[in-house]
Amino acid sequence: MELRARVPDGPIEKKWDKHRFEMKLVNPANKRKFTIIVVGSGLAGGSGAATLAELGYNVKCFCFQDSPRRAHSIAAQGGINAAKNYQNDGDSVYRLFYDTVKGGDFRSREANVYRLAQLSVNIIDQCVAQGVPFAREYGGLLANRSFGGAQVSRTFYARGQTGQQLLLGAYQALERQIGKGTVRMYPRTEMLDLVVIDGVARGIVTRNLITGAIESHTADAVVLGTGGYGNVFYLSTNAKGSNATAIWRAYKRGAAFANPCYTQIHPTCIPKSGEYQSKLTLMSESLRNDGRVWVPLAKGDKRPPNQIPGAERDYYLERMYPSFGNLAPRDIASRAAKRVCDEGRGVGPTGLGVYLDFASAIQRLGVEAIRERYGNLFEMYQRITDENPYVVPMRIYPAVHYTMGGLWVDYNLMSTIPGLHVVGEANFSDHGANRLGASALMQGLADGYYIISNTIADYLASGKLPPVDATHPAFREAEAQIASRTTRFLSIRGTRTVDSFHRELGNIMWEYCGMSRNEEGLETALQLIPKLREEFWRDVNVPGSADTLNQALEKAGRVADFLELGELICLDALERRESCGGHFREEYQTPDGEALRDDEHFAYVAAWEYAGQGRRPILNKEPLDFEYVHLAQRSYK
Amino acid sequence: MNFTLRVWRQAGPGTPGKMVEYKATGISPEASFLEMMDVVNEQLTLKGEEPIAFDHDCREGICGSCAMMIDGMAHGPNKGTATCQLHMRSFADGATILVEPWRVRAFPVVKDLCVDRSALDRIIAAGGFITAATGGARDANDILVPKVAADLAMDAAACIGCGACAAACPNGSASLFTAAKITHLAELPQGQPERFRRVIAMVAHHDAEGFGGCTFHGECQIACPKEISIDTIAHMNRDYMSATAASREEKAAGGTG
Repeated sequence: MELRARVPDGPIEKKWDKHRFEMKLVNPANKRKFTIIVVGSGLAGGSGAATLAELGYNVKCFCFQDSPRRAHSIAAQGGINAAKNYQNDGDSVYRLFYDTVKGGDFRSREANVYRLAQLSVNIIDQCVAQGVPFAREYGGLLANRSFGGAQVSRTFYARGQTGQQLLLGAYQALERQIGKGTVRMYPRTEMLDLVVIDGVARGIVTRNLITGAIESHTADAVVLGTGGYGNVFYLSTNAKGSNATAIWRAYKRGAAFANPCYTQIHPTCIPKSGEYQSKLTLMSESLRNDGRVWVPLAKGDKRPPNQIPGAERDYYLERMYPSFGNLAPRDIASRAAKRVCDEGRGVGPTGLGVYLDFASAIQRLGVEAIRERYGNLFEMYQRITDENPYVVPMRIYPAVHYTMGGLWVDYNLMSTIPGLHVVGEANFSDHGANRLGASALMQGLADGYYIISNTIADYLASGKLPPVDATHPAFREAEAQIASRTTRFLSIRGTRTVDSFHRELGNIMWEYCGMSRNEEGLETALQLIPKLREEFWRDVNVPGSADTLNQALEKAGRVADFLELGELICLDALERRESCGGHFREEYQTPDGEALRDDEHFAYVAAWEYAGQGRRPILNKEPLDFEYVHLAQRSYK
Repeated sequence: MNFTLRVWRQAGPGTPGKMVEYKATGISPEASFLEMMDVVNEQLTLKGEEPIAFDHDCREGICGSCAMMIDGMAHGPNKGTATCQLHMRSFADGATILVEPWRVRAFPVVKDLCVDRSALDRIIAAGGFITAATGGARDANDILVPKVAADLAMDAAACIGCGACAAACPNGSASLFTAAKITHLAELPQGQPERFRRVIAMVAHHDAEGFGGCTFHGECQIACPKEISIDTIAHMNRDYMSATAASREEKAAGGTG
């Protein structure tokens, strides 16, 4: 497989402008003749579908939820970065670019990241024009807050509901197009396969989740904005429905899957409380602006937090990383929490927790100021834990939150299958081995509003596609495969529920491929996952029928795909014999326990190519060159 | 903890439904209401029965998917709480709990506790937006928004589109949902050019979907998991009156050539 990144030449700050000029255009009158399928209605898919329709294309948009407004982008709390330098604190496009490349531990493509930093500025303008109610200062100007991994204040926010407000902006733009008839929306519809004809993506096959009908949709180009695959761990901060099926089906049809082992463990989540637990809840990273993270100095100190005097507390992030302190990047803060808990100094009933304490901020700023900044997050915490964080420090622990890996894309966001484009968390493009806080929203909207809307024209104008219709044998074959898989699920009637398999897979992934990984553990996981998959196909119980709303059947399909993807994640983690960002291999660390990269051997994107059922996937490498940001060990000390 | 559930079961839109009794045993008080439902569904599956269908996704009170009428209250007994954030410690051990779908004419039942809320999307499509095509925006700080307006807009914009307001309303009105969007956009300078056009279109579409009218019972603001105030409805009504009084005929021909 050839990986052509198609990065334009020239100085980095001119590449995107130059590329936009060099790309072919589609005549306005011809745009409506092209049908574009967008799968997913979150920040990337929703904004992309709305913008493509505005431009005049004929758009079909699909989501499995009952409304496009429910895509999981809605749950993002803290904010969105932009290099506006409204605070006059030394920010610039170049600094955002630099911070993002460094934050990603030098495993992302420079040109993509630079473009992202450039577009960040336009995104804020666009969102304000749409009526996103960002936080304001008394004079009416926009307010900013700080976020992890940066020393400037460049994060724009709408209370603790920034993702919700940005998504509603995109959703409203999308609904406007739906009202005009330029987008046809298919809610409660799940993509179950990608159809590739003569090497080119020409459509998808879907299941109507209400009626069970399997339907084929043809198109001139397909855009996947279907989010990340964090739910392979079962417990994560992702929504219950978030799944990898669309990208996994595309992978099996020939799209390379890049860096699957780069998973982000977020340091501030509410700890797990019991076996019935169905998901973990994030507490925004913005809380680390004013909250101080600590554990008792002594092992097994069971005193309530207010009885532990200051001298017997270890504010370990401030101690270990004095210049970034509590705002150390996510991967670093998570590993530090794991380390102190492994030492037996964790707090709470399970010992898997650390304190996030607002006492000194409340003393300094007053309760009202803290309520103004974080009121809704504090309420959410209290609702879940029944503890009042204004009085008792929050207890937090790391949890799976985001996946930097995803389908490989070139500079145009096109996968290795021509005509298949991938946007947002579903692609691998901008975050390297670790994503900085408030960058996911930025990337989703940059991809949807500004990049795909430009690059897709170049694809459509570059070649003439023969007409296809849904009676083509490739569509018929995909439909038949789905029907037979469904029949198989429903006919096993075994002794275990889908969730019990999912939970067991999650345990394997968390134990052996979670916050820290080693060769022996990964080898173990690579033994356990195929066994579990075999048992799944022999003993799963999927009740009900195919021709109605059947949530167990939906889950079974998603878990079957996770059972394959989990294996690829472990394989990628095994092959990457270095530590970088969220991927921490115990064998490769500095004497003080930090990630130790091996740039000589591993400065590449690992793009895995499907080689057929039961065959080992093929590893392709896209070398990464760093012309602008010098390779260096990341230091936040 | 142990509970007796009486749950609405309905195979599909056209079929009759009924309340069916289930036992939920050994439930942790820390479990959420949906996690309790998960436990019941796991047991049903292993007994070979069909699990109870219900909508849910983020399980942190922001996506607006979950929607259950619990003991006759939309999202259950706690104030400002969606079903997914309701915990079993809020119920007495041994309690009998009634669980039903939203019952609103404009939300037909899909299956068991799932209803079709697409009417809410269509109200937004009718006018719940600011027309701002991608690319033409001026610098964000060129538009000054007084903090108090930004805060009021945000209070209204917090709506998660769950439909609890309509489910709680004796008239089956989605006025709180509609008014929240109208208030959000009307509080902001960016929302002014389309302000009157928007309110007329959205209110007309709300009625056309079969939702009832608002007679200020106030049940909606008690049920709302985001505690959106009924003041937004007063705002909507005020704008609606101004809009109908000040309505100017739109002409298609302006600006062409």
